[in-house]
Amino acid sequence: MTQILIHNVRIIDPANGLDLLGELRIKDSKIEAIGEKLDKLPGDEAFDGKGRVLLPGFVDLHVHLREPGFEHKEDIQSGTMAAAAGGFTTVCCMANTHPVNDEAAVTHYILEQSRSKAAVKVWPIGAITVGLKGERLANIGELQEAGCVAISDDGMTVMDSQLMRLAMDYAKGFDLPVITHSVDANLCHGGTMNEGEVSCQMGLKGIPREAEDIIVARDILLSRLTGCRLHVAHVSTAGAVELIRQAKAQGLPVTGEAAPHHFTLTDEACQEYDTNAKMCPPLRTCTDREAVIQGLADGTLDCIATDHAPHAIVDKEVEFDQAAFGILGLETAFALGYRLVLDERLSLEKFILALTAKPLEVLGKTYSGLKPGAPADLCLVDLDAQWVYRTAQSSSKSRNSPFDGWQFVGRVVHTWVEGRQVYAV
Amino acid sequence: MKETPVRIPHILSMADLSREDIEFIFQTTDRFREVGGRPIKKVPALRGKTVINLFFENSTRTRTSFEIAGKRLSADVINITKSSSSVSKGESLLDTVKNLEAMAPDVLVVRHPAAGAAQTITRMLKARVINAGDGAHEHPTQALLDLLTIRDHKKTLSGLHVGIVGDIAHSRVARSNILGLQRFGSKVTVIGPKSLIPLGIEAFGVGVSYDFKAVIGDLDIIMMLRIQGERHDRLPFPNLREYSRFFGLNLQLLQKAKSDVVIMHPGPVNRGVEIAPEVADAPYSLILNQVKNGVAVRMALLYLLSGTEE
Repeated sequence: MTQILIHNVRIIDPANGLDLLGELRIKDSKIEAIGEKLDKLPGDEAFDGKGRVLLPGFVDLHVHLREPGFEHKEDIQSGTMAAAAGGFTTVCCMANTHPVNDEAAVTHYILEQSRSKAAVKVWPIGAITVGLKGERLANIGELQEAGCVAISDDGMTVMDSQLMRLAMDYAKGFDLPVITHSVDANLCHGGTMNEGEVSCQMGLKGIPREAEDIIVARDILLSRLTGCRLHVAHVSTAGAVELIRQAKAQGLPVTGEAAPHHFTLTDEACQEYDTNAKMCPPLRTCTDREAVIQGLADGTLDCIATDHAPHAIVDKEVEFDQAAFGILGLETAFALGYRLVLDERLSLEKFILALTAKPLEVLGKTYSGLKPGAPADLCLVDLDAQWVYRTAQSSSKSRNSPFDGWQFVGRVVHTWVEGRQVYAV
Repeated sequence: MKETPVRIPHILSMADLSREDIEFIFQTTDRFREVGGRPIKKVPALRGKTVINLFFENSTRTRTSFEIAGKRLSADVINITKSSSSVSKGESLLDTVKNLEAMAPDVLVVRHPAAGAAQTITRMLKARVINAGDGAHEHPTQALLDLLTIRDHKKTLSGLHVGIVGDIAHSRVARSNILGLQRFGSKVTVIGPKSLIPLGIEAFGVGVSYDFKAVIGDLDIIMMLRIQGERHDRLPFPNLREYSRFFGLNLQLLQKAKSDVVIMHPGPVNRGVEIAPEVADAPYSLILNQVKNGVAVRMALLYLLSGTEE
């Protein structure tokens, strides 16, 4: 029996119109009460929040937990521990495991492993096509039945427009959102970073921004054709932000997410051939970064998702051309996003929404947040804490972050999932 | 000789070399040039030093040039190629280099198909590294020997207009030469079909032309490049015949050029594609002067980097 009285905290949950200095009681796995001053009950275990900020646990629509198949990079235990350290209480794991999560048995396996090992809630995302090969539809209905919350061929783009149309038509019937990883594979053509002045100077093959825009435009049109909900993963270009803005203005069921690295860094981070700045879609230009921030600020981009993509040293300590795409993201997302708040580019309210209520809205799920009876999925953040991120101390099995050694203000210090403490700094 | 005034420990990019550095390298080169003309072409300057040529890509000129340069300086020169090394057994670049480092070489000369490979290697090595070509990034020793060849011929490196023609997108030679020529205030125009001119090249401060005929009359130096077929999985122009018609250098097109124009080519030459045989072999062609200067420039670099007292 858990019964914790968290006192001396500022409780914020914008989706529930909550911002008060007060107390919150966890009873068993649920929030029992919230108020300025709660009556002390027998059995209360007091937790002094020391004036910090108590938030609903964050939801990440885009992580790679690598299990099954790539446990040398990450597994469900290590990945969810990293999530907990980042304040996330729910993560949605992409289907590019080995075997690919393209059938119910794999979804069952992931959920089974999660029950015994995961620090936070794990919601699998199923594949759109068998083996992510873009050739024929996966058993989308069975994937949903098994527990998948969306479908995506993340990492690969479904290049066949007719197949994508079929997937969206079919998913619409199951009311499943389709998450598009938008990089035109032909136009990308072996590119390893953003195509532009920096790639030219470095002699690296570029990925034009249009490779993303073309697929985003196509999939928005397919959303119009099929009525299917479309979620655009890791939007990296000004063009894609504008396309999503227009789609929303037309009332289409289109949403988008921003990854912290895309609103923080530009392609200049690739200089020195730093493979920890290599991801797909790649870091873009200043204009794109500003557009992504603007997209978050005006609601064009609904949520922040990390695209947490652990890779082992052998995948990254190689020539830039050959290095794997992707970086860690779970432990630094809050601090990177909070930089935008400190720079007054994004309101604290919008920032919190982008990590809490909005991702659930994208999935079409009901948000409960901080209210009596809701699951006690919480995190406590210290907005004044100054700290340095060290990959050497990461909970992840991997170390591939360009933010190693970065000094931050604002840190997640405690995380609870269903009343159970899963992280303490 | 005192400590090397070349400020940097490695030769990775022309961007790292100031005009003074380059001039100093040329002064050193001038002292080594006559060695190649002696009956006994050897000086003891690098006796007891070890130079490893680590070539992950095919090369005739550059590898031989470095080998001869090292041997003329009495260094022990070891050649490792991709097919003769454990890379063909799946060893990573990192491990190959760490193992070579354990054998204490003084200078590592590296050619690699990946841009940035030489720079990556310097992070794990004590030895000095010379970039002998990394992907489409840079080939600084080629630029140095090209600059020297231009200086020999034009008696200056300033105020010239150099046209670099061809596969700019894949050319490390183009990038290194642009940076080097600009250090001395010469103007560079890159010329080719637009599909071979990389996006972002304007940031180098170069002129761009898609019409060779229109600009050839303005050029003091024409640097022809080979189409790097091995790096294209799809030709960015219809075929070599059409390419040659619009961007190949032949005698007829040369009529439009300045009377004192000179022709250069880093090699290997694809005769009949980017350059007609009569042009490649003409007196105004400096192609073999480039090769000759290559040995002297590389002697100077090996000498300067291994920091030996004379």
